[in-house]
This record gives sequence, C-alpha cells and structure tokens, in this order.
Amino acid sequence: MKALAARRHHRFAPVVLLLLALLVTGGVYAALAPSPAQADTASTADIETGKKLFQANCATCHGPNAEGTTEAPSLVGVGAAAVDFQVSTGRMPMQMNGPQAEAKPRQMDEEQTAALAAYVASLGAGPAIPTDEQVDGSQGDPANGMALFRTNCAMCHNAVGAGGALSEGKFAPPLTDTSERNIYQAMLTGPQSMPVFNDANITPDEKRDIIAFLDEQDQGSAGGLTLGSLGPVSEGLWAWIIGIGLIIGGAVWIGAKSS
Amino acid sequence: MSTTTTPPTAAEPTTVIGKSADYLDQRTKVGVLAKQLVRKVFPDHWSFMLGEIALFSFVVLLISGVFLAMFFDPSMALTTHHGAPATMDGQLMSVAFSSTLDMSFDVRGGLLMRQIHHWSALIFVAGIVVHMMRVFFTGAFRKPRELNWLVGTMLLILSLLAGFSGYSLPDDVLSGNGLRITDGVIKSIPIIGSYLSWFVFGGEFPGEHIIPRLFTVHILLVPALILALIGVHLFLMVLNKHTQYPGGGRTDKNVVGYPAVPAFATKMGGNFFIIFGVLALMGGTMAINNVWNYGPYDPSPVSAGAQPDWYMLFLEGSLRLMPGQAEIVTWGDYTLSLNILVPAVIIPGLLFTFLFVYPFVEAKVTGDHREHHVLDRPRNVPTRTGLGVAFLTAFIILALAGSNDLIATHFALSINTITWVFRVLFFVGPVFAFWVTKRICLGLQRKDRELVLHGHETGRIVRFANGEYIEVHRPLDEQERWLRVNYEARRPLEVEPATDARGVKRKGYKQDKRWQKLSRFFYEDRVEPVTPAELAAAHAHGEHDELEPAHDTPELVSGSGNVEREH
Amino acid sequence: MSENQNPQGPSRDVARHDGDGTVVQSDRFADPGVPEHHPRLADTDPKAAKRNERIIAILFAVSCLGTIGSLVAYFAVRPDGTTPGVRLSTVLLGVAIAISLFGIGFAAVHWAKTLMSSKEYVEERHSSSSSEEVREVVQQQFKDGLEDSGIARRPVLKGAVVSALALFPLTIAVPLVSSVGGTWNVASFRHTIWRKGVRLAYDPSGRPIKASDLTVGSVAHVIPDVPAEERETHEWITEKAKAVVLLVRLDPRDLKRDHREGASYDGIVAYSKICTHVGCPVALYEQQTHHLLCPCHQSTFDISDGSKVVFGPAKRPLPQLPITVDDEGYLVAEDDFNEPVGPSYWERLK
Repeated sequence: MKALAARRHHRFAPVVLLLLALLVTGGVYAALAPSPAQADTASTADIETGKKLFQANCATCHGPNAEGTTEAPSLVGVGAAAVDFQVSTGRMPMQMNGPQAEAKPRQMDEEQTAALAAYVASLGAGPAIPTDEQVDGSQGDPANGMALFRTNCAMCHNAVGAGGALSEGKFAPPLTDTSERNIYQAMLTGPQSMPVFNDANITPDEKRDIIAFLDEQDQGSAGGLTLGSLGPVSEGLWAWIIGIGLIIGGAVWIGAKSS
Repeated sequence: MSTTTTPPTAAEPTTVIGKSADYLDQRTKVGVLAKQLVRKVFPDHWSFMLGEIALFSFVVLLISGVFLAMFFDPSMALTTHHGAPATMDGQLMSVAFSSTLDMSFDVRGGLLMRQIHHWSALIFVAGIVVHMMRVFFTGAFRKPRELNWLVGTMLLILSLLAGFSGYSLPDDVLSGNGLRITDGVIKSIPIIGSYLSWFVFGGEFPGEHIIPRLFTVHILLVPALILALIGVHLFLMVLNKHTQYPGGGRTDKNVVGYPAVPAFATKMGGNFFIIFGVLALMGGTMAINNVWNYGPYDPSPVSAGAQPDWYMLFLEGSLRLMPGQAEIVTWGDYTLSLNILVPAVIIPGLLFTFLFVYPFVEAKVTGDHREHHVLDRPRNVPTRTGLGVAFLTAFIILALAGSNDLIATHFALSINTITWVFRVLFFVGPVFAFWVTKRICLGLQRKDRELVLHGHETGRIVRFANGEYIEVHRPLDEQERWLRVNYEARRPLEVEPATDARGVKRKGYKQDKRWQKLSRFFYEDRVEPVTPAELAAAHAHGEHDELEPAHDTPELVSGSGNVEREH
Repeated sequence: MSENQNPQGPSRDVARHDGDGTVVQSDRFADPGVPEHHPRLADTDPKAAKRNERIIAILFAVSCLGTIGSLVAYFAVRPDGTTPGVRLSTVLLGVAIAISLFGIGFAAVHWAKTLMSSKEYVEERHSSSSSEEVREVVQQQFKDGLEDSGIARRPVLKGAVVSALALFPLTIAVPLVSSVGGTWNVASFRHTIWRKGVRLAYDPSGRPIKASDLTVGSVAHVIPDVPAEERETHEWITEKAKAVVLLVRLDPRDLKRDHREGASYDGIVAYSKICTHVGCPVALYEQQTHHLLCPCHQSTFDISDGSKVVFGPAKRPLPQLPITVDDEGYLVAEDDFNEPVGPSYWERLK
C-alpha cells in the first residue's frame, strides 16, 4: 500500500484512475442494465403466437388489427417478407423517434420473427419470404448484378453498398453486414424511404444477380485496404493524414540538427 | 599548322569524372555555371522542403505516367470486355475503360502503378498547397520574388487541370458525372455557353471525342506547361537565392547555410527517395479509384458519394451551397444561371484573384520597395497571417461543404442542416478566423516582448532576508533575443497633403487616401520590437531578478523594496 | 565566402531605412552574428562515426534486399484476375519497392546529417538588378537597334507590321476552333428521341414496362424502347444522356399536381432524370416523402407537386414526359418533352 500511496502524484495517476472508473461503471451497467421484454415463446411458427407477439409489441403503433394508426402505416398486405426484414434487422419494434427506424440488435429471435411474419401474412396477401435458392448469390451473375445495382441502387447505397445520405437526416444504410435474404426482401418490399422493386421491375433472377454482386464485395479491394470504399473524399483525407503526415515528418527529421 | 594551347597553370585531369568535366567544359564553358552552383549555399529548414514534395511527386507522376501510357487506350469506341474482374466480364464499355481494367488486372504491377499515380497526384496538389502556405505566411513572395509567386500560382492552377483531366480518362461513372457537371457549368456561361459546350465535347454530351482530347491535354499540353513553369520557378529560385529565417548573422545581404554539394544535394536526393517510398507504400497498400466499382460511364447511373478529388472539392462545395433562386430570366427571354455562375466561376475567380494580386497589394500598402531575403515570423505580420488563415478557412469550409453527404452519414446529421450551417459559416467563418488569428499573433508578439524584457522564468523562488520573495528570471542569450527583436513593425502609409504649398489640389490624392485606409487596416494594430533603451529600463526595475546566462548559482542581492513588475 | 563569422562583426548597428529612403540610425540591438558551430557526436567520437557508417551501410543493404524482393514478387506472383490474387501482387510489389526506396532515402539523409560536414557557410548576395553600367549599355543597344531598323522614320511600316502579325493567327485559330466544334448544331439540345408511341423500357435490360408492373411506391429507371443492336452504339449513349427518365407510381390521392398538364397516368409519373442544375442523374427517390434527391449537389424535387424544387441549387422543376398506355397495357410516351432537358443555357427559352 505504501508503494501505491507513494505513486499517487505520478503523472499517469489520473489516467489510471479514469480507466478504473470507466471499467467499474461499465461493469456495473452490464450487470444491472434491464433486458428487453420477452414475450412467451413457442417452438413452432404459429399464427396465434404471432398475434400475441403483435399485440404485445406492435399494436400500440400499428393498431390492434394492423390496420394502421396516425403513428404507423397499415400492415395489411405488406407480406411476410416485410415483417421478416423489419424484425430480423431489429428495425421493428421501433424504440426511438428519429428520421428513420434504424437497424439495431434484434429483439425477436428466429421463431418469434417467423410467428409474427406468419400472422401478418395471414391478414392479407403480400410478398412471401424468399427460398434459400432464390437468395443464393453463388448462383447469380455478378456482372449483370452490378449493371442492375449501379442503375437502381448505387445512388443511395453507394457504388459497392457502403451506404449514403438521404435528405433530412435519413440515410441508406451500408449493405456489408446485411444477409442475402434481407437484401432480397428489402428490394421486394421497399422499406421506409426505399422504393419498391417488385418482381416485374427487378425479376427474382435479377435480384439474385444483385446479391451475387454484393457477395463479391466481401473480398475487399484488389488494390489493398478499401478505406471504407467511400470515394475521393476519404481518399483525399488519407492522402493528407498519411501521405503529407509521413512526408512532412520526414522533412522535419531531415531538417533537424543531428546530435 | 595548328597548335593546341593548354592553359599554362591548369593540371591535367586524371580521374574519369575530371576527364569528362574537362571534355564538356572545352565545348560548353560549363565551368562558369558549375562555379556558381557546386558550392552554392542553401539555408536548411524543414519548411523549405515542402516545395520538394510537389516537385518530387511530379517526378513520380511522370515515371508512373509513362508506365500507364504504355497500356491505356483513350478511345471511346465500344467493346465487350472479357476478363477480370468478374463484375465486368461480358459488359459493354468504352475501350478506354476496358484498357484500364486490363491494366489493373492483367498487367503485373499495373494496378500498383495506377494507384501510385493517383496518390502522387493527390500529394502533388497537397504539396503545392503546403508550400504555398509556407511562402505566404513567411512573406517569401516579396520583392524580388513576386514573379516566382505568380509562376507558382499558375502551377497550382495547372495541377488542378492535370488532376481533373487525368482522373476523367478511365471514362467511369464517377468521373463521367464530373464531366457532365462540367458541361452543365460550361452551358451556364452567358451567350457562348452552349457553343463552348459543343466545342469542348465536339458535339452533344458525351459524344466520342472528349476522352481522347483529355488524353492529349493530360499527357502533352499540361505536363509541358508544368515542366516549363517548374523550370522557370527553380531558375528564379536559384537566381534570387533562397530566403532564410531570421537569426544571428542572417541579413538581407547574405545567405547562411550549407553548400549544395554534398550535404544539401544528398538531403534533397534522400528526400526524393523517401517521398517516392511513401507514395509506393500508399500505392501498394491503399486502394484508390477502383473504377470497376463505379462501372463504365453511362448517363443513367450515379453513386452516393459523388465527389471529385479533394482539390476540386472547393468547387463542389460552392455548387452545393448556392441557393437555386438565383437563376433569372433576363429581358429578351435569356436565362442567366447565376446559381451556377456564382459558385463555379465567380467564387473561384475571387479566390484566385486574391492569390495573384496579394503580393502587389501588400507592397503598395507598406510602401516598401526594398528587396527582402530574410523571412517574416508569421506573428510579426498579424494582418497578413490573419488574411491567410481566413482564406484557408473559406477554402476548407467549401471543401467540407462538398463532403456534406459523408459528414451526414458519419455523424448522423441532416444533410440539409449541414448545408445551411455551411452557408452561414462561409461568410462568418473567415471573418472570425481572421480576428482570432490576428489577436493570437499580437498576443504572441506581446509575449515575446515580455520574454525579452524579463527573461525566462526559472521556477526558482528566492526569499530575501527582509522577507521578500522573488522568482528568478534568466535573461535571454544574444541569439534568443535577436530572434525576437529583429523585425520591423510597419507603420501605416503616410500620404502627402491634399493641397500643395500654394493651395492647388493634388491629383491622385483620393486614391492615395484609399490606399492609406487599407494600410491602416493592415498596420494600425502593431507591437513594436524591444529596443535597448526599454531593456535597460526594465533591468533598472528588477536588477536582482537577473542571473548571468549559463551560471549555476544565483547571486543573492538585497531587495530594493517595492519592485514594479509591469514594464 | 567566409566561414562561421559574420564578416561585419557583431558590434555593428543595423541601419534602418524608412519607406521613402532616408537612413535612420535608431536605438536597435546589434546582430550577434552566426551562432557558434557545435560539433556533432560523430565529429568528435570516432566510435559514434563508425556506428553511423554501419547504420548507413545497413540501410543501403536493406534497399538492395527490397529491390531483390520486388523482382522476386514480380516474377513469382502471377496475376490471376481474382481480387485476392491481384491484391497479393500489388501489396508485395508496392511494399518491396517502398523498402528499396526508403533504404536509399534514409541512408542518404542519415549520411548527410551525421557524417557530412555540418559547418555553416556564409555567402554574399548580389543586388537583384544589373549594375548601372550594364543598364546604360543595354539602353544604348536598344536605341541603336531601333535606329538601325529605321522604323521610327517609317510609321506606315509600323502599322503594317502590326496588322499583319495580329491577323495571321486567325489562319490557324479559326480552322482549329471551328473543326474541333464539329457541326455546331446547338439546336439539338432541345429535342430527345422520345416520340408519340415510343414505349418506356427498363434500364439497362430494355424490357418494355406495363402499367400493371408498377405498384404504389415503385420506381423504375427508364429508357426509350429501341432494339438491342441500336443500344450498342455511340450515338445511343449520347441520346440516352438526354432521354433517361424516372418512372414513379404514387397513390393518385398523393399526387397533388403534374408539372405538365395531364402528363401522368393513374398516379404514374415520368420525369426527366437529368437534373436541371448541372445535369447529374437525379435518382434518389424517397418513397415516403415523395422527394427526389440529386446526389451531386442535393437539389430536391417534390414529385407529388410537379417536381417543384424544395431544396438545393436547382431552380427549375424537372421536365415531365407525358405518358399513357397502349392497347397491350404497355406504357408509352405521348410526346417528346416540351422543354430542353437538363441544365439551363443562355438561349434555352428562345
């Protein structure tokens, strides 16, 4: 203890104390933070289960029969695909008001999501959840997918799906971590600001081609670090920070008097 | 019969180098030139190497550019691409784009060279900017170097042209949309706009002429001009000799430094390799301009994050900030697109005019026609430094405005709010930056005065027998003091009276008065350097504060009662 | 060129000149002269010098290794056209080249800093202008030259020479400018290839679009329906640059106003995709707000309200293509646009 006390005026002492305080606070929060409410789970996708889940989590905004309120639109006819997309990405249930509902850690697990989707699908015919084969990128043509992506998608989501800005604080999210199924479903159902790309506009095969294109992007860049694939602005930023930084550092070293 | 006469006193050269030099000299009198240059003295400071960043990255651009020119085919004819990458296989595209893909994926080292070339271009313009900043803030543009400043500013403009023409060559969607915007700007020019657009593109946009034309501009016309101007720039620099920072022994009549051969030349050569090394490292590890992600140019697609390279962002930003209401229809049903002319023609025009005329304006407001070879410390010229910072602030705000969509996504803000904030900041920011910078400079000058008058604080407290405490100050040594007093605090211009002795009004008085007003803006607020008399007075107040420089033990002197601490 | 000492000595006062040239000897500090030269470690300690020499030699050797490495990387790693393959080649080559360059650079600089003489020299500057004698001689030379030419006595020649020289550049400039411009047919800016009865087709596939394809909230990127062979030519790209259209289906109750009277069909609207600001494709349709955002400079158009500009640097709404359906249910244009598409130009309204 004496040794510790002797070092209490060390110049790093405040840093150490701060780190300790952060660790303690974080630990306490992790232990005591409330977890989201979980409704009763059933082992099979069940319209009844779905209805109960709906009443508990969705009806406040979407109405008791999903007919819509002033807060939220009607879900009659949106189809299982829309529900699967919104709930599996955690966008729904929406927890906070903002320019748009953002993806967050999902609140419902696979079975609950399936139950909800089944319930909403039962309310009115709408797009169904695609099969695994429909969304399998390895069966798609990435070249055709790219041609479609750059005409229909790149203006919002960026040339390789790194995301982009919309007006008034809305944005098109990056697609790097989106599942193949959700890419398909988003195109099909047109969530929030995104337009609807139904199967007549972009056929199921074309949708799969787009998925194949996005899968190609997982390989990164042939030129090294992607730097976020954000284009010339980030390239300019790194040119200044790394390029000019290193070079001016070198110049300072060259100009300094040797000891 | 011919006789060869050798100079009676010159010894015969024995080494290979000696013999070659002799051979050359007997035919070109190169000895005269060598005499001037070999041991020429250059001052040594890291900030003098910023111009080299631009120079050496230009050399790298030439080297990598030759490699690229061996493989690039600037034709806009359409072809079906076969080969890598998978996302482009079987697609219809221009030959220019296809050759770029082949160069990147099928030629060993091709992608490396493309990336080195593009990073070098970004660093080239950045190097020009930092070099220009150093020259501006230290006043190296004053007589006799005004012409070199003009040459340098033209080099800046040419570098922008080189970059723009270069990144448009692969004919991809991103740079193609940049060309479309350029066409829109050209069309907005009154009277001749549509004809100028037809001229540039050889027809309607995009036509099939623009890429080959840009190729000629990019590898022939612009580099030739740049090389010629670099030649003039370096020639003038060698002729006028380099400037030097103030310090002991450094005057307007000498240069203090190291001889060109060997130390200075070796450092310069080393710097070239280091800069080239950084560019090679960046080119090999950091992806840039992966055109296959944008796709071959087609008028239909566009991607989020549609911006030009960083040095054009100021134009992009000013286009984004301008409100649209400014387009008016004139008498006669003609469309005057002020919403495009103001941001794309007038604002850049103002910015570049400031750069071009500044040395002459400053010379006029100081009334100073002497040569200057000793640089200014930026704090000693507060208004100039403030104006420079204000200019940079405007430029940076425009560049940030050009990146507003990326700012919106990364900081979760509304792009509309960001645009409005920058609209206001564009006017308020530079004024505020000027004021803050000027005050900081004046404050630093006052701090220097205090330091000269009272010396360094040693942190050592001495208690006298009568109970008085003082902090011991160590006076500055000669070199430290000289650095802080060797400047001239300029005074505002004085003008001759409006009427002469006989009461006749003098022609040109009004103009002189205007220049005087501007001169007051520059030099009314100033801090004079310390004079020996003031230093003596300060010493008289606090003798016992002093120590002999470099002595270890203080001499304890009895206190003298109340001591005035202020000067 | 002297060494180390300021030849004027430390005790001389620095004379000041005012802007009008008078010399004022005033109370100023004296220049202390060039600071003393301090020897470096390598100058006094032979061991340190030897160590530096070793470091420099090692750095040069590292550079050689880097060069060899780059050659090995070049020959050993073949481009296979895949992303990871090309990346490997690029990174290896780039890093090896960088090592080769850094080795030489660091070695050279370290040598100059530690081992080469660091003695400071003082060199005199000469006046930037030539001496008075030279100036006088040159003045006389020009005078003599002018005399010899006789031009002062022959003002007619002066005028003639100037006129001829001023005019002759036209011989090159006019053909150059005129030919580079081609046909100069700027009137073609007014028209696109849309005509009555031309079907709307998906871009890039070229499939014609049925009205029933579109549900509320759908967006389609549209080109005129032309045969596939025609779409693989250069002229097509230039025509497409004016003809691209964005097709949006709104709920008819949300559609407040068309920009062009009667141009929509059952809530389906077709607007030119070329921004009226400076010509980027304006393509970010926000389904819920009915706003169309251009990514280049953020011009925003309200599609439900005649594509009125609601934000940004554009002034005019987008031109609207009038559409209807043919007897098979395919969407067709009823007419070309009734104004030039895209950015404004001086004679746009004439």
